[in-house]
Amino acid sequence: MSLRSPLSRVLGLGSAKAGTEHWWAQRVSAVALLLLGGWFAIALTQLSPGSHADVIGFIAAPVNAVLLILLSATLAYHSYLGVQVVIEDYLHTHGIKVLALMLSRFAHVLVAVASVYAILRIGITAGIAA
Amino acid sequence: MRQTDRPLSPHLSVYRWPVTMALSILHRATGLANAVGLFVLAAWLTQAASGPEAYECLVGLLGSVPGLMILAGFSFSFFYHLCNGVRHLVWDSGRGFEKHQANASAWIAIVVAVLLTVLFWGAIL
Repeated sequence: MSLRSPLSRVLGLGSAKAGTEHWWAQRVSAVALLLLGGWFAIALTQLSPGSHADVIGFIAAPVNAVLLILLSATLAYHSYLGVQVVIEDYLHTHGIKVLALMLSRFAHVLVAVASVYAILRIGITAGIAA
Repeated sequence: MRQTDRPLSPHLSVYRWPVTMALSILHRATGLANAVGLFVLAAWLTQAASGPEAYECLVGLLGSVPGLMILAGFSFSFFYHLCNGVRHLVWDSGRGFEKHQANASAWIAIVVAVLLTVLFWGAIL
């Protein structure tokens, strides 16, 4: 005899409310970052990071801009998932834990939006000037 | 029933550190460092978008000796987390759990991470 309610069986949720979703999202974003991060590391070696014009030219190129947006968003997402686990592992006071999770989410959304805005602005400004 | 005097596990202060344990902790530590590095990446992008003067300011900061040392640390942290992450993905596929395999992959991950960091800076500088 199962002690699970019909509702819980329909929803497919265990006591933790969510099972494999977090784990799987972390893996999918990890594989994406393997590709995007690898590309970015190689791209950085082809660049003169000290030259503003050079860096703008790199970011403004459409393929680079798209890959950079994907990189920034995926990095922030993967980072949020990881920091979330660390917070849940080490912070046991409920209020502090909830606060830390909230702050971490704010910080990660901020960093993602700031990066994406900067990339779009560089790309679009260069497009208008051309 | 007295529970207080029992040894706890994992008891970090009495274990001899196997390489796998050190790397596991380093994976989490570098993950957190990468979360901080994310803000440096965002600063790089936003300063570049803000114009040449703002960008010069950031380059002056990151191009200094302490700045370059911090960037070197972030690059190693990134490459290490990437290499050890691949190790985790292999484990996720159900392979490489034998003790000798886990030890071997640990050393491969750390050596490749150091090599990538050196190659990366060799190509940039």
